[in-house]
Amino acid sequence: MNAPLSPEALDWRLIGTLDDIPQQGARCVKNGAMTIAVFRTADDRVFALEDRCPHKNGPLSQGIVHDGCVTCPLHNWVISLETGAAQGADDGQTARFPTRVEGRDVFLKLIPSV
Amino acid sequence: MRRQRLVIIGNGMAPGRMLEHLFASAPEAFEVTIFDAEPRVNYDRIMLSPVLSGEKTFDDIVIHDDAWYAAHGVTLHRGERVVQIDRTAKTVTSDGGITVGYDKLVIATGSTPFIIPVPGHDLPGVLAYRDLDDVEKMQAAAKAGGRAVVIGGGLLGLEAAAGLKAQGMDVSVLHLMPSLLERQLDPAAGYLLQKELEGRGIEVRCGANTRAIHGDGKVEMVELDDGTRIDAALVVMAVGIRPNTALAAEAGLQVGRGIVTDASLRTSDPDIYAVGECTEVDGRVYGLVAPLYQMAKVAAAHLAGTGAEGFAHAETPTKLKVTGINLYSVGDFGDGPDREDIVLRDAARGTYRRVILKDNTVIGAVLYGDVADGMWYNELLKSGEDVSDIRDTLIFGQALQGGAAADPLAAVANLADDAEICGCNGICKGAIVNAITDKGLTSLAEVRAHTKASASCGTCSGLVEGVIALTLGDDFEQAAEGMCGCTDLGHGEVRRLIKSKGLKSIPAVMQELEWKTSGGCAKCRPALNYYLLSDWPGEYVDDQQSRFINERVHANIQKDGTYSVVPRMWGGMTSSDELRAIADVVDKFAIPDVKVTGGQRIDLLGVKKEDLPGVWADLNKAGMVSGHAYSKGLRTVKTCVGSTWCRFGTQDSTGLGIRLEKFLWGSWTPAKLKLAVTGCPRNCAEATCKDIGVICVESGYQIVCGGAAGLHIQGTSELGTVATEEEVIEVIAALTQMYREQGFYLERIYKWADRVGYDTVRAAILEDRDSRRAYFDRFVFSQSFVQTDPWSERVSGVDKHEFNPLAVFGTETMEAAE
Ligand code: SRM
Ligand SMILES: Cc1cc2nc3c(=O)[nH]c(=O)nc-3n(C[C@H](O)[C@H](O)[C@H](O)COP(=O)(O)OP(=O)(O)OC[C@H]3O[C@@H](n4cnc5c(N)ncnc54)[C@H](O)[C@@H]3O)c2cc1C
Ligand code: SF4
Ligand code: FES
Repeated sequence: MNAPLSPEALDWRLIGTLDDIPQQGARCVKNGAMTIAVFRTADDRVFALEDRCPHKNGPLSQGIVHDGCVTCPLHNWVISLETGAAQGADDGQTARFPTRVEGRDVFLKLIPSV
Repeated sequence: MRRQRLVIIGNGMAPGRMLEHLFASAPEAFEVTIFDAEPRVNYDRIMLSPVLSGEKTFDDIVIHDDAWYAAHGVTLHRGERVVQIDRTAKTVTSDGGITVGYDKLVIATGSTPFIIPVPGHDLPGVLAYRDLDDVEKMQAAAKAGGRAVVIGGGLLGLEAAAGLKAQGMDVSVLHLMPSLLERQLDPAAGYLLQKELEGRGIEVRCGANTRAIHGDGKVEMVELDDGTRIDAALVVMAVGIRPNTALAAEAGLQVGRGIVTDASLRTSDPDIYAVGECTEVDGRVYGLVAPLYQMAKVAAAHLAGTGAEGFAHAETPTKLKVTGINLYSVGDFGDGPDREDIVLRDAARGTYRRVILKDNTVIGAVLYGDVADGMWYNELLKSGEDVSDIRDTLIFGQALQGGAAADPLAAVANLADDAEICGCNGICKGAIVNAITDKGLTSLAEVRAHTKASASCGTCSGLVEGVIALTLGDDFEQAAEGMCGCTDLGHGEVRRLIKSKGLKSIPAVMQELEWKTSGGCAKCRPALNYYLLSDWPGEYVDDQQSRFINERVHANIQKDGTYSVVPRMWGGMTSSDELRAIADVVDKFAIPDVKVTGGQRIDLLGVKKEDLPGVWADLNKAGMVSGHAYSKGLRTVKTCVGSTWCRFGTQDSTGLGIRLEKFLWGSWTPAKLKLAVTGCPRNCAEATCKDIGVICVESGYQIVCGGAAGLHIQGTSELGTVATEEEVIEVIAALTQMYREQGFYLERIYKWADRVGYDTVRAAILEDRDSRRAYFDRFVFSQSFVQTDPWSERVSGVDKHEFNPLAVFGTETMEAAE
């Protein structure tokens, strides 16, 4: 009965519910050696970035979330949650991961979007 | 020779300005005495409306403070109304019975608001709008709530209406004429204004004539000619002013609509001058400051004997100072056969402009909505230049002359050097540019201080900033005054408005103060979070997401994403038990580095985030709590061994340091706060470079403040010496509270003290015991909410989510992490 899941479908993981992530905050998901930061904005959109700042690997999950961006806790680079790109004068890119919210369940795809 | 005696009746804006000119040109000439019916110093009457609405405080609008009168040896009799001038004896006498002789007398009695003598006009609750007392009465009424009826839809009435609305009252404006501001605006612009006001919930009734005011012992209702009845808890009459001439008339001076003077402001008695609204020159009386300041200048010159120039009439542009409503009108715009109108309407943008021409010269202009070009039309009006060849594009404004881009800076750039920027003070563009370049000014505040531009009604602030921006180019950016990109308001304004408007949450602040971004940024949110925390202790709920990570997890993040843990060692003292516990924690959690900090305690560096609660739990067990090495709050109180051991020690500096740290710990401050108590002036605890320091001496405790030994180095300044430890604690707690209430976020105490001045601090904390006590009590109150160890809270599960991953994936399996 259970149709075999496509490998594509397997990459999507249920990581928890919206309520597990503070508004304008983030939680971490460990995937083997890598840490993925899952952000929740003021308007309840969810984004996922690798938890490494393009500047000096600062943990973005620890930054302040504002207007679709996160400000890195180490030297205040501002990274777009949508694109993973450093804003303003700074130049750099963090890996993004697709997310999906169904009801209040949050799904994360463990393969970076290109 | 003996100084001449100059006596002034009335202490309003005109004589205030006159004295500034006089002291500048002839500082030694006169010994000055002022009588003022108002029981206070000279203030900016124009700015009463922002005070009414709560956007400013009275202190913000004081023009001359007590220090100024002292510095110029001026005797100011407050609350003394002059009731008689004896011209033969050359004396004046006040209702308080003070009689003073004069060589020269200046009458500056201003004007009194006109009260319509309808039945009930004398009921309690019927007010005029003229001075601070009126404002205070209105604010008191507003607290009680209900509806305010403002009679008179002129500049004053509308400002009162907007102010009372801001104070939370329902407001109706009754205006006799068919359209608002009929003296400044034509009906079309008046209509736009009425719509705007109604949009803000202010009811406007034009053509409304008041028949009577009813009420039993106090105002309850206003009745109109047509029988309409409107409930009213407060009635404000703003229907015009009458120059105060009675006193002069009784003294036998020539009086018409005002006190008649010649162009040098001399009355019919050569030893008596008149300036301000009470004065009539060349058949005209005035009700705006620009011409009064002109009078002040002329009168001062003639008193100083340096002046040949006479007062000359000039058209004064009028603006409405209601936040968010832009309207500008100047000159003459009645209809007439010999006049032509050019009108431009943009219903969509709700803007309107009309320029009136006569023989190809501009004689008047009315702008509503977009008023940037107002000054340019005023220039054309003053210069009287022939505009026939720009006639077709005239109405589109200056930016479109010669096809320049339509941006506001361009408009300012196009202005000639003699173009007037600040109408109230008659300051032209050139003067501002020179001040900026000569004196190296970089901020609006500085330009205001040096040139007076935008110092009166403030509506030209934008233009002045424009001039600064043009003159300084990019340098202006860093001089920009807004807290951050999200708002143009500075920290000071934001703090004031949080209080005055009773804003108690970050969203409320952003909504009410019109933040430009939806959610603020990493600069303003931590600042707002602090301001709300310190202004509403016990009420405001700390917003963790607006805190920098260190304060959110109560440890300092390190370059590799690990954390450092600094437990308190009260006053730098520790014990074998504490050291043993620390040693065990280091082994148990394999903490890579242990370091003695510059703050007399121990730093455990390189702790993994998920280990933090475990580390804290063990430290707690040994009785250690968070050292807040991460907080904008009390950090350390360094001490030396003092009288307990040291042969030079004069007092128990270690014990006092511990008491202080136990009293102050947990408090949030604008920036970090570090103290030290040193046992003698040898200063081994480095008290003289701390935010607050105590130097023990034989006679007691010397309290110093404002040291810096970080990015900037400076020694402390002395506040005073007290006798007991109890007093030390009261003074330091009070000082800390004053700094908490006034400091800007991230402003160390030395920067704050430089800003407000050490004399102010000494006066409030050492000299005035009541104010010290009040600060102290407020500090103790707010401490009652914060003195719980954040570590033990988290050990017991608070903010659990901060320390655990949401989920953990190996290569295949997923197990929930909580
Ligand atoms: C640990 C310590 C150095 C040490 O190994 O001794 C230290 C470490 C840091 N200092 Fe400091 N300061 C330390 C004593 C000082 C002192 C000396 C003192 O406190 O007597 C000063 C000069 C006095 C002063 O406060 O100005 C000092 C002036 C600064 C400054 C410059 C502040 C300024 O306004 O000029 C900064 C930067 C800042 O705060 O913006 C700073 C910032 C920092 C930060 C918090 C940088 C950061 O944001 O991560 C460092 C955190 C390291 C950590 O995680 O513990 N630290 N720092 C000292 C901890 C004291 C304590 O026990 O709490
Ligand atoms: C709410 C408000 C808003 C305003 N807004 C603007 C504006 O935006 N732009 C503008 O140009 N103008 C504005 N004005 C008008 C401006 O404030 C006045 O034109 C100006 O203050 C008049 O100055 P003055 O010195 O002539 O008189 P005042 O400033 O009125 O001073 C007269 C003083 O003399 C005292 N006095 C009177 N009689 C005696 C006596 N017998 N003995 C002793 N003291 C006496 C009075 O108590 C008073 O303190 C505004 C006025 C008000 C009330
Ligand atoms: S001086 Fe302070 S801020 Fe600078 S590296 Fe040392 S600890 Fe860090
Ligand atoms: S590591 Fe993120 S800003 Fe430096």
